[in-house]
Amino acid sequence: MTTAAAAVGERTGSVRPATMAQALGRALRDSMAADPTVHVLGEDVGTLGGVFRVTDGLAKEFGDDRCTDTPLAEAGILGAAVGMAMYGLRPVVEMQFDAFAYPAFEQLISHVAKMRNRTGGAMPLPITVRVPYGGGIGGVEHHSDSSEAYYMATPGLHVVTPATVEDAYGLLRESIASDDPVVFLEPKRLYWSKAAWSPEAPAAVEPIGRAVVRRPGRSATLITYGPSLPVCMEAAEAATSEGWDLEVVDLRSLVPFDDETVAASVRRTGRAVVVHESSGFGGPGGEIAARVTERCFHHLEAPVLRVAGFDIPYPPPMQERHHLPGVDRVLDAVARLQWEAES
Amino acid sequence: MTVQELPGTAAYRPTPPPAWKPLTDPAPLLPDPEPYRVLGTEAAAEADPELLLRLYAELVRGRRYNAQATALTKQGRLAVYPSSTGQEACEVAAALVLEERDWLFPSYRDTLAAVARGLDPVDALTLLRGDRHTGYDPREHRIAPLCTPLATQLPHAVGLAHAARLKGDDVVALAMVGDGGTSEGDFHEALNFAAVWRAPVVFLVQNNGFAISVPLAKQTAAPSLAHKAVGYGMPGRLVDGNDAVAVHQVLGEAVARARRGEGPTLVEAVTYRMEAHTNADDATRYRGDSEVEAWRAHDPIQLLERALTGRGLLDEERIGAVREAAERMAAGLREQMNADPVLDPMDMFTHVYEQQTEQLREQAARLRAELEAGHDESGAEERR
Repeated sequence: MTTAAAAVGERTGSVRPATMAQALGRALRDSMAADPTVHVLGEDVGTLGGVFRVTDGLAKEFGDDRCTDTPLAEAGILGAAVGMAMYGLRPVVEMQFDAFAYPAFEQLISHVAKMRNRTGGAMPLPITVRVPYGGGIGGVEHHSDSSEAYYMATPGLHVVTPATVEDAYGLLRESIASDDPVVFLEPKRLYWSKAAWSPEAPAAVEPIGRAVVRRPGRSATLITYGPSLPVCMEAAEAATSEGWDLEVVDLRSLVPFDDETVAASVRRTGRAVVVHESSGFGGPGGEIAARVTERCFHHLEAPVLRVAGFDIPYPPPMQERHHLPGVDRVLDAVARLQWEAES
Repeated sequence: MTVQELPGTAAYRPTPPPAWKPLTDPAPLLPDPEPYRVLGTEAAAEADPELLLRLYAELVRGRRYNAQATALTKQGRLAVYPSSTGQEACEVAAALVLEERDWLFPSYRDTLAAVARGLDPVDALTLLRGDRHTGYDPREHRIAPLCTPLATQLPHAVGLAHAARLKGDDVVALAMVGDGGTSEGDFHEALNFAAVWRAPVVFLVQNNGFAISVPLAKQTAAPSLAHKAVGYGMPGRLVDGNDAVAVHQVLGEAVARARRGEGPTLVEAVTYRMEAHTNADDATRYRGDSEVEAWRAHDPIQLLERALTGRGLLDEERIGAVREAAERMAAGLREQMNADPVLDPMDMFTHVYEQQTEQLREQAARLRAELEAGHDESGAEERR
């Protein structure tokens, strides 16, 4: 029994608290057990079990050939994964930290995203690229980037990010099973978030491409994903004392984007704030606000607002609390939704 | 000779812990100082006549293919064509040395290798014509898509070869790259992965003298590109890239070595690009006629022709037959390329994802409506 499996109550099937990191590890393990073509590769994923221990126990259970410690070279890791996928394997690549993935961008954009298209559908690449992303863990520079906008801007990639323990398991299983490449963004600061969860009966999750309403409400919609979901949930609770009944939509998947669920929510509430921690300019919020405006213009009582990280390189860890959108900043935006034309 | 005995290395090597010992003796990995040759040497007399004739026919056909494709650019039938004239020996040897189950990873200049491997001449040109990125099913032919970014297909070759070995398949991947491509990071990462994994891969560097206009002297300070192999722990082999028999032999040994599970080899074939980088390039700006003429005297077809004639394996009649076959290929290619390809614009949306996203369905519907309304982007001017 692997450490991750033990922690989430293998065999007993009991519902115990599990962390997101454990659920991710369990998803990898179950995918590998179910499909011998699933291979995990990356720097430190084997003996060490990954720097976040997500791959803990996999090398022991499945051997070095299935869970492989590679040389330290992200382009090489992803490039090799392309060749492995061309030969019928289903590689799951770990990028260790968000900013470490940048050397692999050419492989990702020129090959992973395009191979199905370049070959007229003859050669899809079922590759999952796991990227721990975002800040809030006190990491030094190059360990806290939110790079989702780069991935979103690349046709051919699915971009997925869980915010709950259940979704971490379910979305990762689905990503690995997908015949299309998936950039699987793991919110680092939620790795140790816990939920009562059983791997024997993982909660049924919506498929990739569907957003879900995490909290129903009537007076405004918070549109968010990944690390900002708990912030928005907390803000929604706090806002009740101000008379706001906020709906919180968890996107789960940035590509494909669930216009339907988002638009339906905003049409109900008439107001919307997009919340994410990556920089605002050229960021996901601009795209989302534009899509909402196009679909809900006549239902909107106020402009769609964005609460995002500042347009600065990710700050040093002692400053990051000022950069990351917190509950207060979300509440300030909600207050601004009392919008009047002359203001 | 061990690593420690190499001159000049002791100074910076820290004192190793007691258990440490060098894994490899680099001497066998080092390339010969001069490119390996067969044609024009005594060894040519021992080469298999059947192989010589096959190489010859493919070289002539390849040369004709290059000329025809270049002509098609002048007629506007190809957007661009990077000719491999002068390098046909490398192209042909790379294709012929592989078994059917093996894989070829060509760069954008290696159309000829794909054709010599059996790909339909038109299907090999769709990228350069501009109608389809890849005009064939890579799995069916075991030829990866022609790769435009430099050296990025090399790690794919490593991954594929590694995967094949994990599955227990007796498959070798041969990856082609130019001299310029050896400066790219992916070249380094691919060689390193291949050596560490002992993947059954052969890297063929066609050193044709220039990366567009930049000569080798400005590309690398290495004694040769084959020397780069030593640092990764794999053998480097230097071969005369215009000597089809020598290239075939060296690649054949490398492929056999990979198949035996002994790991990758880096082969540098020293050759010359007789034409410009592509039809869009002016080679007179960066190299002189005398250099080109010197290489013309070392033409791969002439080298082989001389050897074959010398052994009485080739006469005028046989030469005529080979040329005629090449001419027929060119005529067929010309005829097929002069027909406009029939394209469905909706295909643009079909192969982005397995299932179209809602967003792509909307965009496809918009384009369809535009087409049905009878206007497209090229007609926009007229409407104004």
